[in-house]
Amino acid sequence: MAFLQTSLDACVRRHPDKEAIVTRERRCSYAQLSREADLLGAALQRRGVRKGERVAILLENSIEVAAALYGILRIGGVFIVINPQTKADKLAYLLQDSGATALITGRSFELVYASAVAAASECHTLIVEGLAADADLGHCRLLSMQAVLAGSAADIAPSGLIDYDLASLVYTSGSTGKPKGVMLSHVNMCTAADAIATYLELRNDERILCALPMAFDYGLYQLLLCVQVGATLVLEKSFVFPAKVLELMAQERVTVLPGIPTIYSMLLGFSALAKYDLSALRTLTNTAAALPKRQISDLRAAFPQARIFSMYGLTECKRVTYLPPEQLDIRPDSVGRGMPNEELWLVDESGQRLPNGATGELVIRGSHVMRGYWRDPAATALRLRPGPLQGETVLYSGDIFRTDAEGYLYFVARRDDIIKSRGQKVSPREIEDVLYRLDGVQEAAAIGIDDEVWGQAIKVFVVARPGVTLAEKQVLLHCRQHLEDYMMPKAVSIVPELPKTDTGKIRKTGLK
Amino acid sequence: MSDIKQQVRGFIASNFIISDLDKLADGASLLEHRILDSTGFIELVSFLEETFKVQIQDDEMVPENLDSLDNIEAYIHRKRAG
Repeated sequence: MAFLQTSLDACVRRHPDKEAIVTRERRCSYAQLSREADLLGAALQRRGVRKGERVAILLENSIEVAAALYGILRIGGVFIVINPQTKADKLAYLLQDSGATALITGRSFELVYASAVAAASECHTLIVEGLAADADLGHCRLLSMQAVLAGSAADIAPSGLIDYDLASLVYTSGSTGKPKGVMLSHVNMCTAADAIATYLELRNDERILCALPMAFDYGLYQLLLCVQVGATLVLEKSFVFPAKVLELMAQERVTVLPGIPTIYSMLLGFSALAKYDLSALRTLTNTAAALPKRQISDLRAAFPQARIFSMYGLTECKRVTYLPPEQLDIRPDSVGRGMPNEELWLVDESGQRLPNGATGELVIRGSHVMRGYWRDPAATALRLRPGPLQGETVLYSGDIFRTDAEGYLYFVARRDDIIKSRGQKVSPREIEDVLYRLDGVQEAAAIGIDDEVWGQAIKVFVVARPGVTLAEKQVLLHCRQHLEDYMMPKAVSIVPELPKTDTGKIRKTGLK
Repeated sequence: MSDIKQQVRGFIASNFIISDLDKLADGASLLEHRILDSTGFIELVSFLEETFKVQIQDDEMVPENLDSLDNIEAYIHRKRAG
């Protein structure tokens, strides 16, 4: 399989009328998905979008997201799925940083995209769902998505794409406060998808639930894996109404549930769980944060017929390792010792390979490892460093693991200060940057605090300028205006001062 | 406007930045209009439980009960009656 879209082409040939995606609103066959992708791709190509150009997607989880990304791939473009919770200023940053020339979005996002595209000089085209007729917005042309999809102009000119070219930019939070675009080529993504489909033993009769944001690679890959194996994606917008998700899972006979500990915690705590017939479930997967032992045994009891996969990965290479389900009884704390078509090892501070039984930073080698961070060679050089073979680079994960005598990995700690809340990476610096934009804030610090359900929750400390009074509610309201929901502080503390280091920087150790 | 809807509008106004909250129709979906995100719904549930002295069961956390001002009002009435 050369390109991500190759498997879509194969599905259209083999079983065009098979359900590709099911949502509450509609069901879509592989032929329909492919046709919608072609219509959107052709419309972008007519507007001058060429191979290698980035096209952003700002929509709730929907069939339109899938059609958009395959359309972008078919014209050789690079898709960027943006979290629908993103506010205007961050959208402006993402469009400017990526240099996106087009945006596929919806009318309901108007308040978010209007000011953002005004600030993004390279963006010239929007395809807008819910827009009745084409229009202009500043320097941009707005196309009505319904008009595009009702049309017949679906011819796509060859783009000259090769598998070494980029397929997607997946933005990830880092310590510096500004998210970075992880550059993923077709080779990267196909390699990862192949390995995952293999170890999960996904079959073409799977019905895979996705209620995770498709802006998150874990959510995105549920679609890619479905298309890879020719299965059906049951797509939900979020877990906000858990009873509805359970109802959908029962009704659609979902066989695969990709979750994170927060979701499993919520499901296990659901008093009426037993009333939903989830007997079709045969696979549960977990990643983004460690599944507590107690939860593993509770899940075993609730879903005795399902295999549970504890996994670990990072956006920079999609996935790294999984624990074979039969190992769950033997070493429930482990995340495994790799996956097909990949090499892993631990290194000490000086980069020396460590033997089994040691603790060190995890290094990954393989074709799934990213090409780098978009337009950030300095940050890239910190993570992609020379490998054993001349000219190659390998990925330094930034995570500390230990191995047991048989080489199984156990997560120890992150090297950086990134907070993991509800399975999502949150940069304290990004939150602090937002806090500093509130009038009257003199100093700010964001930390992670232990949270039983979320893993970690965010707590912020704020010092007001002399003569200014700040209220907690005011701080929260301000955060809400700029941050996605999973980045919102759970607790705010207005304090008279913050502890400092010898060099005058705010010292976070000891804050709680 | 009923007291329940008024109180919920007040809660939304003081906790979420919404331009033109007056333009939000009583029947409009809070989720679709992105008035409330997942954290927002959790806070709404706490607010409703505290303000109206009801216990919201986890299988009652559904759009039919919570996703619009009209739905919330009807749901609170039912809880108080039953």
